[in-house]
Amino acid sequence: MSVMLEGLPDVTAGRLEVEDYLRNFSDLHPPLTRHEAFVESDRCYFCYDAPCMRACPTSIDIPLFIRQIGTGNAEGAAETIFASNILGGMCGRVCPVETLCEEACVRNEAEDKPVKIGFLQRFATDTMIDAGEHPFRRAAPTGHSVAVVGAGPAGLACAHRLALHGHDVTIFEARQKAGGLNEYGIAAYKAVAGFAQREVDFVLSIGGIRMETGKVLGQDFTLGELRRDHDAVFLGMGLGGVNALGTEGEAAGGSHDAVAWISDLRQTVELGGLPVGRRVVVIGGGMTAVDAAVQSRLLGTEEVTVVYRRGQPDMKASRFEQELAQTRGVRIMHWAKPHRLHIGDDGHVRGIELERTRLEDGRLVGTGEFVSVAADMVFKAIGQTFVPHALDETGIALTGGRIAVDEEGRTSLADVWAGGDCVAGGEDLTVAAVQDGKVAAESIHRELSAFVARQTAPVEA
Amino acid sequence: MADLRTDFLGIKSPNPFWLASAPPTDKAYNVVRAFQAGWGGVVWKTLGEDPSVVNVNGPRYGAIHGPDRRLIGLNNIELITDRPLEVNLREITEVKRDWPDRAIVVSLMVPCEETSWVSILKRVEETGADGVELNFGCPHGMSERGMGSAVGQVPEYIEMVARWCKANTRMPVIVKLTPNITDVRYPARAAKRGGADAVSLINTISSIMGVDLDQMAPSPTIDGKASHGGYCGPAVKPIALNMIAEIGRDAETAGLPISGIGGITTWRDAAEFMALGCGTVQVCTAAMTYGFRVVSDMIEGLSRWMDSKGYTSVDDFVGLAVPKVTDWQYLNLNYVTKARIDQDLCIKCGRCHIACEDTSHQAITHLVDGRRHFEVIDEECVGCNLCVNICPVEDCITMETLPPGAIDPRTGIVVQSEYANWTMHRNNPMSVTSQQFAAEPVVLPGE
Repeated sequence: MSVMLEGLPDVTAGRLEVEDYLRNFSDLHPPLTRHEAFVESDRCYFCYDAPCMRACPTSIDIPLFIRQIGTGNAEGAAETIFASNILGGMCGRVCPVETLCEEACVRNEAEDKPVKIGFLQRFATDTMIDAGEHPFRRAAPTGHSVAVVGAGPAGLACAHRLALHGHDVTIFEARQKAGGLNEYGIAAYKAVAGFAQREVDFVLSIGGIRMETGKVLGQDFTLGELRRDHDAVFLGMGLGGVNALGTEGEAAGGSHDAVAWISDLRQTVELGGLPVGRRVVVIGGGMTAVDAAVQSRLLGTEEVTVVYRRGQPDMKASRFEQELAQTRGVRIMHWAKPHRLHIGDDGHVRGIELERTRLEDGRLVGTGEFVSVAADMVFKAIGQTFVPHALDETGIALTGGRIAVDEEGRTSLADVWAGGDCVAGGEDLTVAAVQDGKVAAESIHRELSAFVARQTAPVEA
Repeated sequence: MADLRTDFLGIKSPNPFWLASAPPTDKAYNVVRAFQAGWGGVVWKTLGEDPSVVNVNGPRYGAIHGPDRRLIGLNNIELITDRPLEVNLREITEVKRDWPDRAIVVSLMVPCEETSWVSILKRVEETGADGVELNFGCPHGMSERGMGSAVGQVPEYIEMVARWCKANTRMPVIVKLTPNITDVRYPARAAKRGGADAVSLINTISSIMGVDLDQMAPSPTIDGKASHGGYCGPAVKPIALNMIAEIGRDAETAGLPISGIGGITTWRDAAEFMALGCGTVQVCTAAMTYGFRVVSDMIEGLSRWMDSKGYTSVDDFVGLAVPKVTDWQYLNLNYVTKARIDQDLCIKCGRCHIACEDTSHQAITHLVDGRRHFEVIDEECVGCNLCVNICPVEDCITMETLPPGAIDPRTGIVVQSEYANWTMHRNNPMSVTSQQFAAEPVVLPGE
């Protein structure tokens, strides 16, 4: 290890030429052209009771929207998508389609090549969003007011559906921008050209939604105040914390939380100004780990190693994501876990010592064999956690450390619903969060409508 | 390799693939390129009387495409050659001189006066061309002037002009028929009565290809308006095959040589036309879509297929399918089929189910024991073949013939081995004697 500890840590900005950043962080997949969309749409068989539609958490009528693209009706296709998933634009970009709709596509049976549903969805939704149109008109105002906490996919989907039904919605967002992980979390090359904000604008253009950014639950307002001031509340604040490594040296310079680093990256306009190590190690096996690893490479890191404590099939990152990492020159090291960070005299990371792992009677154990990897930066990406402190006094029931909800998104509090990553069973998927928000909004709408019906029912003689 | 040489009315060509009278055969330049590419012959684009016609200066073609822009159908409003007669005749002479082994037939269209036909026939003879084709087909432009399909739609005119031509030339005379009629047998019979050596068909079908919904005018438009054109290309093939078969099995015209035209794009298309009695085939749209090189696969593919079937010359299989074309009333009602879905090939798209469920006989499941599963319900299946046709996987659904003695689960009736058709059926009020159309079966000369 002495060799590793010699010399200064190499963490600098501007490793690449300006045009390299532009190229590296351009669209991962360029959008389909009109002609490509026509040709691809023709591959859809318009299946009966389509398996793709069943595989979609938001149940988008996929055969119908693809047929609409094929008939030159991309706007109609967009409306079909948005009717089920108002964030269909982002989902077309970030959904792990290879484990959802495209995995279910019957084309796999015959030729192992599904219809490019994600690309087609993006084609259709871009058509409408780029045109600055909105497919739906708000119902007449109901006079009801609903508070939504968190402007991520769940909160936006919930707010949109409520606004559509004529309710007035106020979204309270802790950060300076709406969008949640779409804005702060996903890899930059998956949603270029400010798409996350354009999509937020698109969602809000239904009208009836007030956005309050920089408002933190528990600091600027309480759940009790929201319940007092509104007819219903939806909690969609996501996961505020990250898991700790619990290893020696975790707090050293150059040791970063991947989620926070990606968030910084997403908010950096001139990527050449963002420092990155010459050698980077990422701990974790999920999407965040891959996103941090790949984006490090794209910023000019020479060596990136993803360290995962189990084998390849256990990685939460999809196969597509894993291949993306590997084709971008990321090394993925399986069956190893962090033991301690090597820290230089200056208090900065120089490397990480890993212990090899294996399964013993189904349990993961260290083998006692150690290996060190030099690193100028170490990212931990070993999962996020729900931070419930702001709800401590509310009496809201939790399950497994997250908010407990029923199938409609109802919490243990009568007028409070929740959805997205902050609820028990949350799937860490944009599309699942959208569905949660949508389902909760319909439940809230039913509840508020029933309330009105009760209030206005004629008194029986 | 099989011998593709053809002898059609004494006109010899190294293979049966001719270019139809159309833009690709309007000039020596194109025709020479076609011969270089391997085409067996051409029908030179229709000559008329001077002064030559003029064409529109806007779009002449319209098309129907698949989503990948594969051209399915084409129509045109181009007229006959717009070059001086003298120029065409000189080029025909030169090309025939340079390419003596290739067939050159000259298409003609002049007014319905004997002197006009006599005059042009003499001049064509001087070129050394192998034959003439009388263009009684074009449905656009020329028909407004009493030529083209205006002649082809009146059997008496066909017979009259054919007779004039036969009386005034030593060259074989082919009459090109229009499909824009109710029953192609009448013009075909007229051609034969007039002494024509052969018919060729089909010419193009009167058509409007689409409507420009912004201009609210048919497309393509010429200064805001459009005229109907002649439709051709792959989409018209089934129409052509039927008309050719009708002529082949008609008692009066059976055995009349036919040069087949209509959407022929591949060697397989050509083989199908020839199986229905065509001694040669004529191609236009395929060449206009892909260039002359398509003939390479036509030649090689046809030859390879003939080898695989043991046919040594085209005469071995020309017309073999004609006796298999019959009237509906003679189809065997004791032939019972059921659809069978190959579960290993099935991709579970469910189209067979929904097509049958929504539009037909409710004879295909979509769930079995709660699982997505598509299976034919024999008690409901009428053997209609719709599922076979709409299934996206080739050979996944096939029709199985119930053997004699089996019980059809739909009707509960035992399948009979005897042939029995509608004319004998108890439900037929017209009884046994009725024969509304062609006699059954047609006996070809020489059989």
